Amino acid sequence: MIELIDVCKRHGRPGAPWAVHRLSLTVAAGELVAVLGESGSGKTTLLKLVNRLLDPDLGEIRVAGRDVRAEDPVALRRTIGYVIQHVGLLPHLSVADNVAMVPRLLGWQRGEIAARVDALLALVGLPPDEFRARFPDQLSGGQRQRVGVARALAARPRLVLLDEPFGALDPITRAALQGELARIHHELGLTTLLVTHDLAEALTLADRIVVMRSGEVRQIATPRQLVTAPADDYVARLVEVVRAQSRRLQALAEPELAPAPVEAGDRRPELGDD
Amino acid sequence: MTDLGEVIAGAAPLLAAHLALVLVALVVAVAIGLPLAVVLARRPRLAASVVTIAGAIQTVPSLALLALMVPVIAATGGLGVGVSSFGFAPAAIALTLYALLPIVRNAIAGLRGVDAAAVEAARGMGMAPRQLLRLVELPLAAPVIAAGIRTASVWTVGTATLATPIGQACLGNYIFAGLQTRNWTMLLIGVIAAAALALVLDAILAAAERAVSRRPRGRLTAPVAGFAALIAVVLGVLPRLAGGAAPSPTAARAPVGGPASAPGADHPRIAQVRIGTKVFTEQYILAELLRHRLAGRGIAVELVESLGSNVVFDALRRGELDAYVDYSGTLWTTQLGRDRGAPRWQILAEVEGHLAGKGMRSLGPLGFQNAYALAVRRDTATRFGLRSVADLGPHAAGMALGADYEFLSRREWTAVRTAYGLSFARTASFDPALLYEAVARGEVDVISAFSSDGRIAAYDLVVLDDPAAALPSYDAMILLGQRVAGDPDVVCALAPLRDSLPVELMRRANLQVDRDHQAPRDAAAWLLRRAAITEACAAPGAPAPVR
Repeated sequence: MIELIDVCKRHGRPGAPWAVHRLSLTVAAGELVAVLGESGSGKTTLLKLVNRLLDPDLGEIRVAGRDVRAEDPVALRRTIGYVIQHVGLLPHLSVADNVAMVPRLLGWQRGEIAARVDALLALVGLPPDEFRARFPDQLSGGQRQRVGVARALAARPRLVLLDEPFGALDPITRAALQGELARIHHELGLTTLLVTHDLAEALTLADRIVVMRSGEVRQIATPRQLVTAPADDYVARLVEVVRAQSRRLQALAEPELAPAPVEAGDRRPELGDD
Repeated sequence: MTDLGEVIAGAAPLLAAHLALVLVALVVAVAIGLPLAVVLARRPRLAASVVTIAGAIQTVPSLALLALMVPVIAATGGLGVGVSSFGFAPAAIALTLYALLPIVRNAIAGLRGVDAAAVEAARGMGMAPRQLLRLVELPLAAPVIAAGIRTASVWTVGTATLATPIGQACLGNYIFAGLQTRNWTMLLIGVIAAAALALVLDAILAAAERAVSRRPRGRLTAPVAGFAALIAVVLGVLPRLAGGAAPSPTAARAPVGGPASAPGADHPRIAQVRIGTKVFTEQYILAELLRHRLAGRGIAVELVESLGSNVVFDALRRGELDAYVDYSGTLWTTQLGRDRGAPRWQILAEVEGHLAGKGMRSLGPLGFQNAYALAVRRDTATRFGLRSVADLGPHAAGMALGADYEFLSRREWTAVRTAYGLSFARTASFDPALLYEAVARGEVDVISAFSSDGRIAAYDLVVLDDPAAALPSYDAMILLGQRVAGDPDVVCALAPLRDSLPVELMRRANLQVDRDHQAPRDAAAWLLRRAAITEACAAPGAPAPVR
């Protein structure tokens, strides 16, 4: 579905450091690939190269077998779903109008659009009758991100790009939305490229994980390979952080194995993202 | 006293003209400013220079910017399409330039301030640049853009009052004329009408701004209806209520006497004559006098009042005005460029020759002079023993000179200063309306007075002799433009005024307006009854002489 071959990209004038250097990656149809890295690692640049918000300096990028440079960037983007961390809902438009934007740009029929909007709101867990007419500032962070996902899916894209979509959400909301995302990805048979700085998120969702640092790929592997056979010291340290958290959690849950300094509360947080 | 109802009725056409001027300037400024801002919002460095230039335009005093447009349009041949360099076009262009800054600056700020995430998401979902602008950037920047337009509209309503001196009728006519003739009713009505117009316009734009800021986006029906109503009321209904009066502040209705039947002549009839005035009382009175005489021959008059001294002459030369009263000495210095006085007959002869060379003519002196003269209070004259300007020399260093706006930059002042070696401790410019009071109250010691001004006697001032004849003579004379210079009706109506107005009479007429707050029209009627007029032509409507 996506092929990046030896792609290089730098921001600014020649001589600036590479934002992405000699990156090669193939994403198969139906795959969910997470791109993991800290800020400045080039992961967002990688995403923007796919829908031509950026063009590479060197290398080749193919989407659905076609070189993106041959495509009209505007038309290309309308076939690719795109969700960003700050969501970027248009504040002057209602939820329904936000979701309907790409179908409108594509010239769909009015009735078709209305039906599609309702179906998508239902898909992302927002009752259409309640949310259709609301405005972005009347939504919680989680609800906004759900609308963002619905908007990205509106024109039935086969490929979806997500740039830290859950980064600004509280953990419970994030977990709930991660679950929804996985469900939607499988239900609709999407190909998904997910940018994140959260290894736990990548391990939970991804079929394969691309670890990036300073514009270079450190490892491309399945979650299991990543955990069992980290390619270098950096990846190993990343994995160790999650492992340590996990051990600590284990210790807290089973106090006979280790003393628990903090009393574990028995109050279960309510589910939901609001 | 002027009747309040009449003043208000006379304001209606001025209000209409004012609104038309403001709307044209605003619409053009928005039409230029918004696209400019869209281009500039993506080019920060260019935007900085353009905003700086617009800011520099803003620092030019508004009156100067308006006045500057007259020669600019004239020099470009009416912008290449023969637009009149006088009146509407220069006023509208200057106001447009003035309105550009707040519109461009706010629009750039509004477009730059659009949420970056919204723009990225919109681009990412496949909006073309134009769709991005139309669907995202402009709607999100709309409140800030609207605020800029509101600021511009209030400024423009205020600044448009300064269009009067360049020949555009507007509420400024009431303000200028009211100040000059000390008609406070007129002045107040002008100011109140301008303020009210600004408030109404702002309220409508505020409603529009609220509508575009609200979510879901409010309907623009109310503000649009408000606009339509404003335009309809001002352009349609009000002038009709005013009885179709000409846009003249000093006389809202045509003078009594009415149109006479057409004379039995075979030349093409001139139905209407445009008469200009400068910005002082005598000019308003004489314009009414001319209007009255012309009406007696069935010629309608459109008054264009309160024009700058050079503006009015240029307008006559270009045929944008047909007649006005000027003064021989003024033309001698400003048009012929002479820097010293000369015998009266020589000035008159050379001025007439100059006019004829340009297709205009003078109908000869009216009989009085309105000369520049230096005047002091009687007690000042007594204390220092002042009889002539020459006596001022040794005392000038301790005195303050008050002058009208023009005097200090005119050749006459240079001539007087050089001839008598004058060097005042301080000079100050005053509106002519306030000049006499300033010297009477002791704010200044010497003023540049006008010899026909009734206030010289009213304030008991002493006019100083000019033994060196540094100042030329200033015979008042009617000037005719090319279009009417040879017209028998116009000439028959106005030529008999030659030598008909002694200075005493003119002073009293001026005083009736300046001190007693009579309408210039009434002072003109009074003057006509006493003027020594000998009709030269057959009475209008009388049978043509048998050949």
